[in-house]
Amino acid sequence: MTRKQRRLIIIGGSLAVLGVAAALVLNAMRDSIVFFSTPKMAAEKHIPPGKRFRLGGLVQPGSLVRGDNLKVKFEVGDGSNELPVSYQGILPDLFREGQGVVAEGALDASGVFKADTVLAKHDENYMPKDVADALKKQGHWKDEYGAAYKVNNAAPGSAAAGGKEAAR
Amino acid sequence: MIAESGHYALVLALGLALIQSTVPILGARWRDVALMNVARSTAIAQLLFVAASFAALVTLHVSSDFSVVNVVENSHSMKPLLYKITGVWGNHEGSMLLWVSILALFGGLVAIFGNNLPISLRAHVLAVQAWIASAFYLFILLTSNPFLRIANPPMEGRDLNPVLQDIGLAVHPPMLYLGYVGFSISFSFAIAALIEGRIDAAWARWVRPWTLIAWIFLTTGIAMGSYWAYYSLGWGGWWFWDPVENASLMPWLAGTALLHSLVVMEKRNALKVWTILLSILAFSLSLLGTFLVRSGVLTSVHAFANDPRRGVFILLILCVFIGGSLSLYVFRASSLKQGGLFAPISREGALVLNNLLLTTACATVFVGTLYPLALEVMTGEKISVGAPFFNLTFGPLFVPLLIALPFGPLLAWKRGDLLGAAQRLTVAGVVALIGLALVMAWTFGGSTLAPLAVGLALFVIVGALVDIVERIGLFRLPLGIAAGRARGLPRSAWGTMLAHAGVGIALIGIVCETSWNSENIRTMKPGDVTNIAGYGLKLESVTPRQGPNYREMAAKFSVLVGGRVIATMLPSKRNFTTRSATTTEAALLSRGASQLYISLGDIAPDGSVAVRIYHKPLVLLIWFGPVLMALGGVLSLSDRRLRVGAPKPAKSYRGLQAAE
Repeated sequence: MTRKQRRLIIIGGSLAVLGVAAALVLNAMRDSIVFFSTPKMAAEKHIPPGKRFRLGGLVQPGSLVRGDNLKVKFEVGDGSNELPVSYQGILPDLFREGQGVVAEGALDASGVFKADTVLAKHDENYMPKDVADALKKQGHWKDEYGAAYKVNNAAPGSAAAGGKEAAR
Repeated sequence: MIAESGHYALVLALGLALIQSTVPILGARWRDVALMNVARSTAIAQLLFVAASFAALVTLHVSSDFSVVNVVENSHSMKPLLYKITGVWGNHEGSMLLWVSILALFGGLVAIFGNNLPISLRAHVLAVQAWIASAFYLFILLTSNPFLRIANPPMEGRDLNPVLQDIGLAVHPPMLYLGYVGFSISFSFAIAALIEGRIDAAWARWVRPWTLIAWIFLTTGIAMGSYWAYYSLGWGGWWFWDPVENASLMPWLAGTALLHSLVVMEKRNALKVWTILLSILAFSLSLLGTFLVRSGVLTSVHAFANDPRRGVFILLILCVFIGGSLSLYVFRASSLKQGGLFAPISREGALVLNNLLLTTACATVFVGTLYPLALEVMTGEKISVGAPFFNLTFGPLFVPLLIALPFGPLLAWKRGDLLGAAQRLTVAGVVALIGLALVMAWTFGGSTLAPLAVGLALFVIVGALVDIVERIGLFRLPLGIAAGRARGLPRSAWGTMLAHAGVGIALIGIVCETSWNSENIRTMKPGDVTNIAGYGLKLESVTPRQGPNYREMAAKFSVLVGGRVIATMLPSKRNFTTRSATTTEAALLSRGASQLYISLGDIAPDGSVAVRIYHKPLVLLIWFGPVLMALGGVLSLSDRRLRVGAPKPAKSYRGLQAAE
């Protein structure tokens, strides 16, 4: 086998693998990417029931209702709209009324957001990044929310440990 | 005084690095041995000064000197000593100082143990190291000085983020940095080779031990971080495909590819141009990781834009080093001589396939990590790319890699016999099929993917053993002769076996944990009993306790098997007063390689506790696999052939080849 043939085989093989990888990436992009919305954006976009997205905003004070078997209901608001959320499980340590939260799930037929994951960060005055950005855009940002940015960047390379607390 | 001395030592280290980055190169130009040797002494001196600077910061933290901003923000006088020390790198400034300290350490080691390197190569390598070091010293001194004083020192510090007050912080970041920064050596060697325009098999021998060291640390660092997240976050997840984790996975994938291509280069003098590119990529991805974690771009694109000094500085370093090295590569790589020929079906061919799949997998992680950032910067649209994306891209690329893995070591160099290798792997195939059938029968009606994956993992493990069994003639020759042969086998062969088997073992752990994890989330009152996976768990009591800098509510569970208490587990919920933050301390009970896992949720006023109980089958294998891989790396490193002192200069590489 000549050098040229060998090279052709290697190049052909590489292109084939890269092509497969590109196809996989594009396919995964279509199916598995989750968009982020605040209640206002969710209302404007008319997200259909069953379509997964991440809902971010502030837990409305006074809206948290605890039921049996760790069922909870609360409302997430962004200053102009509110969306009811239902969830079953243990809420993260820093889940508080009046504070930022990100929930992942989908709307059901009656317009309630059924969350299967609720995320909050470990710092007490931490505001999830997406929520902070969205609130800023909509003019509901208060400066003290940002105080924690420095802290949550503290863990070098241990995103998981420094960063995320999630409840499933 | 200590703070000022530390600061001053760092400035001196910068001065030395600047000398080291220029003088040796001029020396190499002018063929002046004295000038080239400057590299060696400056590298060692640099190490001493950086070490002094680092020691100064540690001293400030240990003595709780609250006149220093860094100590105020990250320490507390009541904090246990261990966390006072680890708190040094639990923050941005300190962790960057750790980064440059490790960089200087590697530079110093090359200077000390590089006596057998050609003097001009050593001069160039150390000069390139000094370029990197200078950039990062400047970064620290200009944007992230850990020695800043505060005008009105407070009486007490603000304490370290409670999540970081864990033994994990003592081990994980230093390990990870030893890995990240270790790749700077292969990078420097690659740049030096490009500058000199000369590269041969001996070069690969010099680079391989350094790459191996970096890879071992990165492997254990990532595994350690994963275990830390697993036990400290309270819900038993061990990998999140979080951008910061991906930032460490990408250099690992590139570094693993580099380790394998270095083998080809060393043994067959082929793939030279590709190996150089991989050396550059592995370190570039380490730099990218540093940028992602340190610039704040992940926390918020906006935070990055609002306080851009640090981010822009690292971005600049990133652009200069990656752009510069890749341009140099484009200009100089074609001048490197072509290497040996090989057929597609051969050991070389298998290693090329390994490289191809690893780098492509790395590319998908790259896309998944950076695409959301790029999209947000360009359109403002926010998306999250999580586990589903990586399962659909990374997963399918790893399957062919794992199938091909046992074939590699069984194929001959230059021209291999695929059919022969397949025949020798029959045993592995049979074991895999039996395993598949057993798991399938046991979990009848469940997912089919999981038993297939277990079968694949068994194929990888047994396939790794087959190579060794064949080579020492176990079962074929008398035991005594086989034992003799086993002793005679190069340690690197044992290393390969361990590392490859480790991959399969980790895969079994991953599959079992994700497929057959049981979970039981409920509220319990003292006296209640609940069941999971054949264990009964009785909540005995919930009592408050006082720790050094926190208060906690500790629950006591009895673990029952058949009505008999076999152990007690003590999960707790801690409240750190200084930061008024809460952490969840999970309780873990190992039963073989499986674990019971309890973490606490809210504690209601009536005494009922929300608990999260998991049974995680064979979960420990997830980390045992990487430990085996790292052990394999250590064994290979101790191989006589690879000892840092062993390589011979280029002129004798013909002789070296014959010895294989």
